Amino acid sequence: MLDFKQWNGFKGEHWREEINTRDFIQNNYTPYFGDESFLAGPTAATNKLWEELQDLQKQERAKGGVLDMDTDIVSGITSHEPGYLDKDLEKIVGLQTDKPLKRAFMPYGGIRMAEEAVKTYGYTPNPKLHKIFTQYHKTHNQGVFDAYTPEMRLARKNKIITGLPDTYGRGRIVGDYRRIALYGIDTLVKSKQYDLAHCGNGKMRDDVIRRREEIAMQIKALEEIKEMALSYGFDISEPAKNASEACQWLYFGYLAAIKTQNGAAMSVGRISTFLDIYIQRDLDNGTLNESQAQELIDHMVMKFRMVKFARIPSYNELFSGDPVWATLSVAGKGDDGRSMVTKNDFRFLHTLENMGPSPEPNLTVLYTNKLPEPFKKYAAEISITTSSIQYENDDVMRPVWGDDYSICCCVSATQTGKEMQFFGARANLAKCLMYAINGGVDGVSKMQVGPKYTPITSEYLDFDDVMKKYDDMMSWLASIYVHTLNLIHYMHDKYNYEAAEMALIDSNVRRTFATGIAGFSHVVDSLSAIKYAKVKTIRDEDGIVVDFETTGDFPRYGNDDDRADEIALWLLNTFLQKIKQCHTYRDSEPTTSILTITSNVVYGKATSALPDGRKAGEPLAPGANPSYGAEQNGLLASLNSVAKLPYEWALDGISNTQTIHPDALGHDLTERKNNLVNVLDGYFVKGAHHLNVNVFGKEKLIDAMEHPEKPEYANFTIRVSGYAVKFIDLTKEQQLDVISRTCHSSM
Amino acid sequence: MAIKGKIHSTESFGAADGPGIRFIVFFKGCNMRCKYCHNPDTWYGSEFKEVDSDELINTALRYKSYWGENGGITASGGEPLLQIDFLCELFRKAKQKGIHTTLDTAGQPFSYDKAFLEKFDELMKYCDLVMLDIKEFNPSRHQELTGQKNDNILKMAKYLSNMGKPMWIRYVLVPENTDFDEDLTALSAFLKSLKTVEKVEVLPYHTLGVFKWENLGLDYKLKEINPPRDERIENAKKILGAK
Repeated sequence: MLDFKQWNGFKGEHWREEINTRDFIQNNYTPYFGDESFLAGPTAATNKLWEELQDLQKQERAKGGVLDMDTDIVSGITSHEPGYLDKDLEKIVGLQTDKPLKRAFMPYGGIRMAEEAVKTYGYTPNPKLHKIFTQYHKTHNQGVFDAYTPEMRLARKNKIITGLPDTYGRGRIVGDYRRIALYGIDTLVKSKQYDLAHCGNGKMRDDVIRRREEIAMQIKALEEIKEMALSYGFDISEPAKNASEACQWLYFGYLAAIKTQNGAAMSVGRISTFLDIYIQRDLDNGTLNESQAQELIDHMVMKFRMVKFARIPSYNELFSGDPVWATLSVAGKGDDGRSMVTKNDFRFLHTLENMGPSPEPNLTVLYTNKLPEPFKKYAAEISITTSSIQYENDDVMRPVWGDDYSICCCVSATQTGKEMQFFGARANLAKCLMYAINGGVDGVSKMQVGPKYTPITSEYLDFDDVMKKYDDMMSWLASIYVHTLNLIHYMHDKYNYEAAEMALIDSNVRRTFATGIAGFSHVVDSLSAIKYAKVKTIRDEDGIVVDFETTGDFPRYGNDDDRADEIALWLLNTFLQKIKQCHTYRDSEPTTSILTITSNVVYGKATSALPDGRKAGEPLAPGANPSYGAEQNGLLASLNSVAKLPYEWALDGISNTQTIHPDALGHDLTERKNNLVNVLDGYFVKGAHHLNVNVFGKEKLIDAMEHPEKPEYANFTIRVSGYAVKFIDLTKEQQLDVISRTCHSSM
Repeated sequence: MAIKGKIHSTESFGAADGPGIRFIVFFKGCNMRCKYCHNPDTWYGSEFKEVDSDELINTALRYKSYWGENGGITASGGEPLLQIDFLCELFRKAKQKGIHTTLDTAGQPFSYDKAFLEKFDELMKYCDLVMLDIKEFNPSRHQELTGQKNDNILKMAKYLSNMGKPMWIRYVLVPENTDFDEDLTALSAFLKSLKTVEKVEVLPYHTLGVFKWENLGLDYKLKEINPPRDERIENAKKILGAK
């Protein structure tokens, strides 16, 4: 059994015998049932640092979105000299490059994109790097395009499969960064060395060879993390001895991840309860006070607010507002029924008061109605005042992922330190419906993209006929979609392996294969229109259906009307079953999701008119949200519809974003808090998965769009599907899209 | 045969119309013609559905999980008391299901008429809370603003007080129409004489319903009136003892 003097006072045994952070947490955390009155405001150092950072952010915006970029150094764990925001004031140190907000050069995903990102902002990449990564070293992107079939290229080009991680890092892998604080690097290296020595059981098959190579890369990454920490003056070979070190050690792990990967989601994980154990120990022995504890958390969160990647314009269209999904999950319940809310869960939410609203880290409350009431009310208050947090149902996730899962992207859960995800973007099911009607011809490009099945030739659409053809076309889509993802992830493992993150995950890793659906609500409403109203086709000169005339009423998803909602259930289940029939790379477990981030605008552009009345090119509704204007019976009816979708059928997540006018939530803050808690309780008790809560009126959005220069809008944060953004950082198109969405404001 | 109600619409999420989160049933029809009414679409026209009480209760119950300890159903309008038979059946069935019931009324149909009172007494058996709008205390100003007298409305308040029925009083503050210190002071004295007022709410006049008047082709008479200034809101709250 391992023992370190740094573990003085800690209880439990299993975690001393094996790498097991969860066991350590369960044996040592102190649940907190009180309210927020213990919290401390920002220290002078925090205020000063935050001011400096805001100033840099202002300069960044003035320079068109990027402050500075690296053009010479290939980013790696030890690639840069230490960088600081303000060395004397920072309690937590470590930057991605040598300067704050300076974006690193990351070519392993694709040299073409790395160069394009740099050139977009007026910088010139070092030509030597071009030569290295085209002649001497292959990249992920090159590998993918070498192997794509013509059919895959066509489906990709026509955006029936879309947002694919073949031009950007797949992300979504959360290292258990807590392990560095708890065990120190040396113990982790030893553990991996043991795994390497025992890998393969004498058989040298290709999967064993690959695993051996990967573990070796992980060990190298661990050694580099130690070296990087040393350059900042910290020896992290042994466990952290106090709260300050625990925060710093943990952050070094995360820093290694963001220095080597520019994934679309680079989540921090679930760290609040873990860190509370260290803070509580220091508070108890008098070496730390509350103000210092908050300062540590504030400074750490400030670092998460500074994470930046160099992106290409097409990426920004997909994921608007420069997000990194440094998702940080708080609260939840343990398997033994105890609340995992600690004082530190309050401290993380409190950063939104001490340093104002912010999109990052993507703060996520793992919610159950059994969380302590004072915490629920405090979270509700922070939602009402900052619109910066999201809620996910711990009661549906815990049975699937255990009580130590993290949110690894916008809303998807992953077992911390035990699992990785193959992120799969989306299949556009709305386009697929049009392919079914048009016999595989794309209504926008007029190309034969899908298989040449018999198109519908009648003037009016017949429900049974459409359903049969849609089912066939969905089978084709599911299979080409999964095949494409298999190929992408094979190449990502090969050319852009996440050694730093995987080093902090068990060698015997569980893999999930996360597919996704776009256009969900529009398909449901379109099928409902075909079933309950009369839908006439309008054809172009080539006989391709390009528009519809729908007469008569039909039930729409978002009104708690079972007639429409049953179609929603059918659609989700049918697509999932088709995905499950395909072989998935590395025997990963297939899941699906209904979450589209801000990409709903881009996806909509590539989608022709639909029977539900949505016109060609208009944005699709985001995530699992009902379509714009479909909700006729208020917020709760809409929530009820979404809550009917079983989480078990979409284990990768079902995102729902709702905006409530403050006046519609109650007369004063106390009423609003109580009512919001009741909304959350009521929604999640029904088994719903996720809710983004915005509390503001349309008038504020319009004013912010027209007057982005007003100081009050500099940090005005809103929740969009699965993440938060500064509203003024969205494109005008996306701003208009957000404004056009339903604001619940019954008065 | 079950009585059918004429219902303008329902709202699943009412958070400012009674305690907690409410399922609101907007009744069709009202005899008052308040110049600032923000639901003039409930006055007349054919935009309503005939529904029976079971159907409404079943719909309401779909939102039970959001009600927590204090939510429930609010009958609003329009004027629910104009359909007192249906309202009574709705609330009776709600209480059978353990649902908290709130009546949002302006009291205009109230009278000491024996037939009405019998029904009203029956209704009150199933009504947990009455939210009574008092539009103005001064009778002639009330007449001018709403087209109706207010003596029976004030009598209703007394009647409810005597029967021990919890009440919330709501007062819409409209500059130049309902914002007079002498009326507010007199109203305050009247409210103090009531024994069951749990809460007084001052609702600042807003113009968010004006578009409905335009849609209905009605002439909006308060075009020149702006929402009240903060100090007048505070003044009214202070006089009326509102929070």
